[in-house]
Amino acid sequence: MSFSITEPSNRQKWIAGVLVIAYALITLMPLAWIIATGFKTPADAIAYPPKVIFEPSVEGYVNLFTSRSRVTPEDLAALPPPETFYDEIVRQYDMVITGPSKYGERFLNSIIIGFGSTFLSVFLGTIAAYAFSRFKVPLKDDLLFFILSTRMMPPIAVAIPIFLMYRQLGLSDTHLGMILLYTAVNLSLSVWLLKGFIDEIPIEYEEAALIDGYTRFQAFYKVVLPQAATGIASTAIFCLIFAWNEYAFAVLLTSGTAQTAPPFIPTIIGAGGKDWPAVAAGATLFLVPIMVFTILLRKHLLRGITFGAVRK
Amino acid sequence: MPDPLSKRAALATPPSLARKIRGLSDRTIAWIFIAPTIFLLLAVNIFPLIWTIRLSLTNFRTNRPNNAVEFVGIENYRKILTDSDTWTSLQATAHFLIWTIVLQVLIGFTLAYLINKKFRGNDMWTTLIVLPMMLSPAVVGNFWTFLYQPQIGLFNYFISFLTGTDPASFSMIGEVPLAPWAIVIVDTWMWTPFVMLICLAGLRSIPSSIYEAAECDRASKWRQFWTITLPMALPFLMLAVLFRGIENFKMFDLVVQLTGGGPGATTQLTSIDLKREAFEKWRTGYASAYAVILFVTVFGLASIYVKALNKVKDR
Amino acid sequence: MNAKLLATTASLAILVGAQAAQAEDLTLCWAAWDPANALIELSKEYEAESGNKMSFEFVPWTNFADRMLNELNSGGKLCDLMIGDSQWIGGAAENGQYVKLNDFFDANGISMDAFIPATVTGYSEWPKGTPNYWSLPAFGDVVGWTYRKDWFARPEIQAEFKEKYGRDLAVPATYAELMDIAQFFQGRDIDGKTVYGASIYTERGSEGITMGAMNTLYGFGFKYDNPDKPYDMEGFVNSESAVAGLEYYKALYDCCTPPGSSNSYMGEGVDAFKSGQVALQMNFAFTWPGFHTDANVGGDVTGYFANPAGPNGDKFAQLGGQGISVVAASDKQEAALTYIKWFAQPEVQAKWWKLGGYSALRAVVEDPGFATSQPYAQTFLDSMAIVKDFWAEPAYATLLQSSQKWLHDYVVAGNGTAKEALDGMMNDWKATFEEEGKYE
Repeated sequence: MSFSITEPSNRQKWIAGVLVIAYALITLMPLAWIIATGFKTPADAIAYPPKVIFEPSVEGYVNLFTSRSRVTPEDLAALPPPETFYDEIVRQYDMVITGPSKYGERFLNSIIIGFGSTFLSVFLGTIAAYAFSRFKVPLKDDLLFFILSTRMMPPIAVAIPIFLMYRQLGLSDTHLGMILLYTAVNLSLSVWLLKGFIDEIPIEYEEAALIDGYTRFQAFYKVVLPQAATGIASTAIFCLIFAWNEYAFAVLLTSGTAQTAPPFIPTIIGAGGKDWPAVAAGATLFLVPIMVFTILLRKHLLRGITFGAVRK
Repeated sequence: MPDPLSKRAALATPPSLARKIRGLSDRTIAWIFIAPTIFLLLAVNIFPLIWTIRLSLTNFRTNRPNNAVEFVGIENYRKILTDSDTWTSLQATAHFLIWTIVLQVLIGFTLAYLINKKFRGNDMWTTLIVLPMMLSPAVVGNFWTFLYQPQIGLFNYFISFLTGTDPASFSMIGEVPLAPWAIVIVDTWMWTPFVMLICLAGLRSIPSSIYEAAECDRASKWRQFWTITLPMALPFLMLAVLFRGIENFKMFDLVVQLTGGGPGATTQLTSIDLKREAFEKWRTGYASAYAVILFVTVFGLASIYVKALNKVKDR
Repeated sequence: MNAKLLATTASLAILVGAQAAQAEDLTLCWAAWDPANALIELSKEYEAESGNKMSFEFVPWTNFADRMLNELNSGGKLCDLMIGDSQWIGGAAENGQYVKLNDFFDANGISMDAFIPATVTGYSEWPKGTPNYWSLPAFGDVVGWTYRKDWFARPEIQAEFKEKYGRDLAVPATYAELMDIAQFFQGRDIDGKTVYGASIYTERGSEGITMGAMNTLYGFGFKYDNPDKPYDMEGFVNSESAVAGLEYYKALYDCCTPPGSSNSYMGEGVDAFKSGQVALQMNFAFTWPGFHTDANVGGDVTGYFANPAGPNGDKFAQLGGQGISVVAASDKQEAALTYIKWFAQPEVQAKWWKLGGYSALRAVVEDPGFATSQPYAQTFLDSMAIVKDFWAEPAYATLLQSSQKWLHDYVVAGNGTAKEALDGMMNDWKATFEEEGKYE
């Protein structure tokens, strides 16, 4: 270990650590509360004072995935005994399961639209970034600024004509329409970020390949793509985070077929009031993929959130 | 040295096609590569923007297809700029914007500064702190209505635990003086990590040789902070302010789920006001003019800001 | 499996097979609430009879208008059948979003005289008062009150109330009495729990506070416009009696609601009442079957009463409920009409009431056994007889936005006076009607 006069003292480190950990614990409380609420019964979830210690229950998850209907106690008594644990849970409340809920469908839509648009924006972004990085393009700076500026538009501002346009083209409430839209929104990030990554790949590698008889296309996918793989992966994850969490367009342009989970989760209700355990369960499942990505991605976070302005 | 796979790929390509591709000039390839991106952005951003501008000069209503569409000139713009509701929502937006930026920069920079002390396990804690910003803002806004509930919510209970006030005695999203702060708190909770990360990048970009030189000059730590750390991290801080500024000027999802703009119009930010005009009252022409005004404002402010940022960078 | 069953199954399969050419997958759109679940149950019979398959798209009330009007205005094909809110009818009719049903009713012998008149006017007619029908009354609903019968019956509470107010604690006959009762219970300790007076509507995002405040204002003398001169609102919307009504509503909010009631609508009201927080609760009738069967407040614990009278003895209540319509953008209109035809049958309507759906068919509600069939049935009939509705104009959404803003700003946020709120609301409405060309 090398000694440096700028290295913080142990005491400084200790104080810094305590403060950061204290902040982290406070800031994680709401998150922990979401996860915990998913495992409470509806009665425990709205208990006063809030229950920190409770008997875990999967009722929230059962309610999340099923639709239920109230039956009269006489009808309930006439039914055959419950076959599964979830039947049993539901029947405590004089209800029967009438079928699966829409959560599964909405989640699947999120996956199709999220991954579809991520693939498309990374693909288009990679080739455009390659062209901007390697070729002389007239008005290059203007074009790049134009691409960046599209990010400044409030979604609601362009939503009006997009709404009208999609209605004309039959793209309202379709997966394709949402994929194209999210791709367009993500392109600014993807082009800027990937251009930074590709700029860092020494041009000599490609030149060598071209001399070896590769065509431009071959040089691009044999030499440049493998080198840019990490950059592409981290760009993909940032595009996915946006498409996964987007709400404004989804709520305005989708209703049944192509609706994603973010506009759906807040509308989960139970009998009478809001079914907080089911909402929390839906939110928890929905954030699992993003949490996993965040942990995998932590080394690339800085670059992604600064639009490529920060290099390693 | 071409690997076997690419040889096979080269062989598999029909000669005529291969020649054709080989024959493409770099310029053509460049355009083939860029064109789809530009085309998509024109179709989904620029064309709608032009359409918005055109609509903004009419009295068109999407929900009244049978009404005659009339050209009304700048009438919509005049109405918006003289409507007190517009200014109320701009004030709400300004309050939200200023306080979220101030709090996020202060807390975010402090956290970055502390993390940069490189205590043991700082990587893990950084990753954990970052988690809130990965969530869906709509889902977060929705869940915070639960945390803010006076009788049963965690937030009121937490405040009561700290200060001893009755948790049922105040309602963060129901009371006019508190609601603007309720949205500031949630946004700060969610996005402070974002500012923190950018500041961290800034702090890590400062070469340690500069501090070593300062140590040799016997500059105090306090002085080092003001003469080295802060000025050198400033461009990054300004970048963070730019990103958060643009995002929060556009803020919709989190707040609409959290307060729906209430109580009254206390937290009705411009995007929420705009959404009401466009998709609840269906005054399409009027709302289009509103959208143009907002876009011009964001774009104008951001451009001025970027100029200032570049000046700081060049210094 | 026995032979007979096998044969039945086989013949059913043939029947279904024969119909397969026309069998459609119909989607019905409605709000996500208890009656919607009952409708799924009811519709199983239709599926068996017609061979069509029913799908359902239910959206919670607070998002319902937003989402579904968006769907109608975008010409979406998600919904074939729409059980849309009563106030949408003007816009949906004028913009051709619903199919006009007159010819269909005539061809199938469905008469609007067979339904409660208020529901026909409220849910089906546009323009109002003319025989142009755009929907079939599907679910009757109206705002009324529930109260804690068990608390009212306690001798010590009765004695204390009598001492304080000089009369017996009973269902309020006037709004003034209602306020007394709410005040009496506010902050009271019952069985070791602090309870509150009343739960009322204050929601900002959709239509909550408008429904609640209007429900009260009608009784005080609020009118939407001059009966002799449509859209002339000066002195009607902002009359002295209307101002008094709004002041009353704010006073009730300030004195007698549980903490954190600043954004409360049907669901919050249900929660407050079921959890034993409040003595009185304003809510739509659709919530009542849920209370009757609830573990905490079920059976004799809950009582029901229609809106009390205002200072001049006027009794009115806010209409809720919906008609069922065929969406004009749908490609399956013919099949959708067969659903309405099936739904209009008296036997189906009778079963609808049994499952918890408030049928609007006179044959059902005028049946001698109806009033006693459920503890809330009589209150429902009384309330249904005094209904008024918000504007059902094509500009309904804009008018609602104005009332939501002004009412919430005064009642909950406490800005300005009642007169200013009503003046402001009226001026906004005027501007809207001017844009609509109503004053030309």
